[in-house]
Parts: sequence; structure tokens; C-alpha cells
Amino acid sequence: MKAFDYTAPATLPEAVGLLVSQPSARLLAGGTDLIVQLRSGRKEADLVIDIKKIPELNALDFDPIAGLTIGAAVPCYRLTAHLVIQSHFPALAEVASWIGGTQIQGRASIGGNLCNAAPSADSIPLLIALGATALIAGPGGRRTVAIEDFCTAPGRNQLASGELLVSIQIPTPAPHSGAAYLRFIPRNEMDIAVVGAGVAVTIADGVFTAARIALSAVAPTPLFVPAAGAALVGQPVAPAALEAAAQIAQSAAAPISDMRGTAAYRKHLCAVMTRRALEIAVTRAQEN
Amino acid sequence: MAPKVQVQTTINNEPVQFLCEPRQSLLECLRDVVGLTGTKEGCGDGNCGSCTIKLGDRIVTSCLVLGVEAEGETITTIEGLAHGNTLHPLQKAFLEHAALQCGICTPGFLIAADALLQKHPHPTEDQTRFWLSNNLCRCTGYDKIIRAVQAAAVEIHGAPQ
Repeated sequence: MKAFDYTAPATLPEAVGLLVSQPSARLLAGGTDLIVQLRSGRKEADLVIDIKKIPELNALDFDPIAGLTIGAAVPCYRLTAHLVIQSHFPALAEVASWIGGTQIQGRASIGGNLCNAAPSADSIPLLIALGATALIAGPGGRRTVAIEDFCTAPGRNQLASGELLVSIQIPTPAPHSGAAYLRFIPRNEMDIAVVGAGVAVTIADGVFTAARIALSAVAPTPLFVPAAGAALVGQPVAPAALEAAAQIAQSAAAPISDMRGTAAYRKHLCAVMTRRALEIAVTRAQEN
Repeated sequence: MAPKVQVQTTINNEPVQFLCEPRQSLLECLRDVVGLTGTKEGCGDGNCGSCTIKLGDRIVTSCLVLGVEAEGETITTIEGLAHGNTLHPLQKAFLEHAALQCGICTPGFLIAADALLQKHPHPTEDQTRFWLSNNLCRCTGYDKIIRAVQAAAVEIHGAPQ
């Protein structure tokens, strides 16, 4: 690995200052993507800024009004083990237990999964479905970006020079809401999604009142399909409504063929995974 | 070359200081600087789990941790598993069940399995396979490893209720 300097600032302003003065610096949270990329030469850095010593980036807080705040450096295992997340955001606890294996989850963060901006990232479709936003800090202050607008191309995101992700904010779900993320992989664990579907629904008196659906690994970025969710709103909870939404999700997908699956296979999986994820989300909504 | 950094850690209950370059992985530091060569390098990108160590209260692949990130941390490596000349029950069970052939993956499996048994005293086969999915073995086909872990669970915690 090419030589670099290392620093671990204790405050956010220090980290922003370092990023501004050294635009070639790279941010280190769990390192499970960055260290691999530096070692292979796919990325270079003169300076690696470890953000794990900044308290705000390690926060994992739930407030019924403000919602859930996930600091950008919080490793996956803390989400899986968090009792409030298990009860209020079970789909998020699940997805945090599916990214990599036990060892990876000990380091890797959801913030890193988002910033790495892989089309197949497991957490991003669920974050989109949950209506999450990214809180960004930079030399010009702070700004908020909807997760569906955060990724701009494979491996690229909205962060401008000098900016970093502070946290991911997820609103508290309305009563009778449920969410789910499902991915298709040929193994049972430790694999990259062929297709993933993240969904969130709210139900009142047997009718969908809100729904959001997003897909992974079927486009250059995680794909929000607003029309699929909109098709559910006002419909009674019934298999026909789920199938119609799944078909819209499938039509929106523009996958490529690669070693993990052909484009046609991925298109087929979009409908299957969306429908199955919706079935889980509906069950959860009815139990809430 | 970036200047070397001094890192202060506790490894296997002993205070250990080492000097490393920021680009060196914790795996390199353990093996080449500290001289603890029980931890093995397999893939070098976090997939195979051969370099698994305990860092704080979590298991991690030490190839994906920088040595400098270990400042102030408590580390357990395979050298810290046995008590003197007495093997850890997992080590005994791996021998008794022939849960290894070439042995490269074994230190990583043992450290990962030890963490599993601390979290789940009597893991099911599914729990065991899911927990150990970040550890690859190209020799045994895994069945003997799973059986050894389950036998060690009984040895350590008694028969499940």
C-alpha cells in the first residue's frame, strides 16, 4: 500500500478543516471499503482522516419526535444490537446483520455503505424507503440531502470537496407502518445482492396510506421508484395491489448483465423481491 | 515513507508498544513488528477471515484495520487463547474432531468461534454457520468445524437445558 499520513481529529470543524486544506485526503470509518481500495490502488490518499474519534459521528440516538440519528461512523453491529432499532426499525437491524459477515459488521458503518455508493449497497434502498436524509457538514455549513439524491453514479456521491457525512436521519414511522429489505443472493450470507428491494408502507383501516419502494443492483445508483409506492396509496391491502406495485418496480429497473446475473433475470427478480418485501412490510405494519 | 507512529496496546493481557507506518495493517504489525505470527494472512481484503482477531469486544479482520487504529485498544490473538500449556476447549475440540487440515484458517476460526460462544453459549447449527460465514476453509467442508464448535460449547457451558 502506498504511504500516507494518518490523523484522527476529535471534532467536526477540525475534520472539515483538514479536508479543505488537503483535498486528496480520504475519510476512514470502518475501513472495510477504503483499506481494500487503497491496497488495490483503486484509490489513493496522501492523508487518511479517521473520523471515529468525533463524538457526533458515533452517535446512535432515538427520539420519538426527532427520529433515529445514525452517526456516520457507527458500525453495523451497534444497529443490530440496539433494542430500539430492533423494535422500531427491525428491517434496519436485519440489513445491518447482512452487510458482510460478523467481522465486517464489527467495523463497517451504514454511513460508509452510503458514501461508497455501490449500486448494490444493501442499506441504501431501505434508507430511501424509510424516508431517510443525509446530514452533511462542510466549509459552507450544514445541509441535508434526501438519500435517494445522495448517490450520483457508481462509487460517486453528492459530497463536494471539503464535505463529509455527519449522520443519517430516519423519521419515526407513523403508526401502523412496516418496512422490509430483501435481497436475492445465491448463498445464505456474505454475498453481494443480485437484486435488492427496500420497501416501507403505512396502513389505515385496511388501505395503504403511504408507501415507498427502492431497488438495488438494477441501475447505476440505488433506484427510488416513486410510482411503485404511489400505486399502492389508496388501494386496499390485497395481493393484486402488491403485484401491481411490484410490476411498476420491475418496469423502472434498468439492470446490466454481469457475473451475478443477466439483465432479464434481474428484471424478473425485481418483481419477486418487491412483492415478497411488501408482504413482510404489510405484516409488520399490521402488528404495529 | 511517512514517519513511523508509536502505538500503545494491550495484546493478550500484556501491554505492548510497537512502531508502524500509517499504511501498515494491524495484521502486518502483529506478524512482522510484534512477532505474533499465529494470525494468518489469507485474502488480504476481508473475505476469508484467516486474520481474525478480537479488537476490544468485537472480532475483526485485522487486514482491514490499520495498526495506528489500535492505539489504546485491547487485542486478543490466537496466542492468547490457551492458558499456558492447557489448550482452550475449542482448540481441543478442533483436534478431536479433526476440524482442520492445512491449518491456515484455524486461528481465525478459533477466535471467531470463541466470540460466538461468549455471545451464544449453545448456538444452533444455523447460528454457528451464519456467525462463521466470514471465515473460509478450503479443506474441511465445514461440517467438522461446526461439530467441533458445538462440542466445545458443551465442554465449556455444559449440555443445553
